[in-house]
Amino acid sequence: MTTQISLETRPKPLSSALQRHPRGRLAALLSLPMVWLVGVYILSLALMLVTAFWETDSFTSKVKPGFSLDNFASIFTVPAYFAAAVRTLGIALTVTVVCAILAVPLAIFMAKVAKPWLRAVLAVAVTLPLWAGYLVKILSVRIVFSEQGFFNWLFGPLGIQSPGYGIVVTIIALIYLWFPYMAIPVYTAVSQIPANLFDASSDLGAKGLRTISTVVVPLLKPALIAGSIFTFSLSLGDFLAAKFVGGSTQMIGTIIASNINLNPPVAAAFSVVPIVLVLIYLLAVRRTGALENL
Amino acid sequence: MKKKMLAVPLAMTAALGLILTGCASGGGEEAGSGELKIDVPEIPMQEELGEFEDEVNIVAWSGFVEPAWSDQFTADTGCTVNRKVAGTSDEMVQLMRTGNYDLVSASGDASLRLIVGGDVQPLNLDLIPNFGDDIVEGMKGQLYDTLNGKSYGVPIGRGANILQYNTDVVTEAPTSWDVVWEEDSPYAGKIIGYDAPIYIADAAVYLMAHEPDLGITNPYALDETQLTAAIDLLKQQNTIIGDYWSDPVKQITAFNGGDVVAGTSWEVLKKLSENPALEGTLPEEGSTGWSDAWMLAAESANPNCAYAWMDYTSAAEVNGQIAMNFGMAPANAAFCETSDEAKAHCDQFNATDEEYFSNVWFWTTPIEQCIDGRTDVTCTNFQQWTDAWLTVKG
Repeated sequence: MTTQISLETRPKPLSSALQRHPRGRLAALLSLPMVWLVGVYILSLALMLVTAFWETDSFTSKVKPGFSLDNFASIFTVPAYFAAAVRTLGIALTVTVVCAILAVPLAIFMAKVAKPWLRAVLAVAVTLPLWAGYLVKILSVRIVFSEQGFFNWLFGPLGIQSPGYGIVVTIIALIYLWFPYMAIPVYTAVSQIPANLFDASSDLGAKGLRTISTVVVPLLKPALIAGSIFTFSLSLGDFLAAKFVGGSTQMIGTIIASNINLNPPVAAAFSVVPIVLVLIYLLAVRRTGALENL
Repeated sequence: MKKKMLAVPLAMTAALGLILTGCASGGGEEAGSGELKIDVPEIPMQEELGEFEDEVNIVAWSGFVEPAWSDQFTADTGCTVNRKVAGTSDEMVQLMRTGNYDLVSASGDASLRLIVGGDVQPLNLDLIPNFGDDIVEGMKGQLYDTLNGKSYGVPIGRGANILQYNTDVVTEAPTSWDVVWEEDSPYAGKIIGYDAPIYIADAAVYLMAHEPDLGITNPYALDETQLTAAIDLLKQQNTIIGDYWSDPVKQITAFNGGDVVAGTSWEVLKKLSENPALEGTLPEEGSTGWSDAWMLAAESANPNCAYAWMDYTSAAEVNGQIAMNFGMAPANAAFCETSDEAKAHCDQFNATDEEYFSNVWFWTTPIEQCIDGRTDVTCTNFQQWTDAWLTVKG
């Protein structure tokens, strides 16, 4: 039977080889992303964290391998460090809450009230700042709140002065930077809520605010949490906003930035702080069960 | 040494002697006897020039290495010039430690760290003929680039940290730094400070004049008490500060936007601001300043191109171009005689006015041995300054 022979000697396609070797299949699928994830992403982070246990020569600022927990202790024993950590946490929480408060009504309006053309205009308006560079946005906030800037030009005649560079403008700058990351998931979630839920709520006698608090917000919880992970963790790690509009405000990021050349082990130890805070945040969020819906 | 140091009588002269003799007698011994000795790794000096390599890698301040003069250098020598711009001295030190660079335009606050860290090598001045008699008096053989009688740096230029103010608001020209340090300053909230640990020296300069009881005779030689006093002054200033700067662009926008009206500046920033309302002065207390020098990496891969570059940029015309481009006083005084434009530049930046610079304390890395000659105390080192600086802003 010549046909049978030709079938057996025919070269085996790659797909059938992978079909017979599940491990090979898995390796082929995962090797590339794992090289990136472990080799580049996690390993470099781990190497950086190792230096947190090292010491710095007091004269030459050279980093010397060793083992010491002093750098971690300094986070708690140096009042300026501890205050900066607490301040950063407060700023990040404020930014997150304000972003959420702004995002929910905007999303409801965009998804349920606005006409399609207005919806498109608002969607562009929300995402427009993302087109600009990060530093450009911070500098634009700096210019807006400068003594002779837009804010004083607009509100000066009403007797309202720019708060001056400090914590308030830092928070405003961070909200400006991260708002789209909150607004977009919330908007997506709102637009997925069926319109008849609103009708039902209305039929049962609920007014606007009641509907929002008992129907919309519970349905939005996963989106709000997803957005808050962005706004919270990005605010925790940021240093350029504080540097350019914070006046003398110090955040975790500014302390890392000032130590990165002068005392890398302290910078490495301090970089653990946002990691721990975000972990705590994620654990707290997980307990609410919201992550499962993401 | 600076004239200022020479002017401070006995103690300083003694200290100078100790620096020279102490170091010359070999740095291997313990510094227990109280002499100022700095252990410097033995790195051999290059004896003669060899073939040029293909390139030279330079870490420099913005404006020090520009095609306007580096192209000519490449045409002359065949060495391609690769430039890396650094923003701060601390960044320069870290970059030099990567081993990827041959030359750095180090300021005084970085140079001792580089020398003692074994990151730069002593220079053979015979191989740099342009390093001649024309180097201005105040930049010859300073503590921060000359150790053990060996030279580690080729001077490029210098400048003072001046008090800049906006005449629209500060109508009475200040003659003292008190407007930026005292709590009752009429410009509280509109003051800008320099954002780096070395700014502690500015507080020390002010204390030298206003609190003589502290006994500060050199702002880079502070014992623990003196450092605490300087930090307290900085914390007091923090309550009236509007902003800090380390990025020149930020300083210019802060002044031009009206957010600050008085504070630390450089002549060049005043010029770049193009704001006729801005004036600058060197107050009666004196000031800090910076002095930059080319330094050659200990493990330089391209030492011959690097020597050629140091020689090329020490020539009056090239040194002058760098100084004019960056906005500082050139190291080579011969430049000032080359044209009317050069003369005007030298006058504006007080290039040959040693009287002016005698009031300027050039940045120096603070080290444990007190460079003011005191032997009964230990001075605070740069790491302590760094830690202390971060407590200023709270």
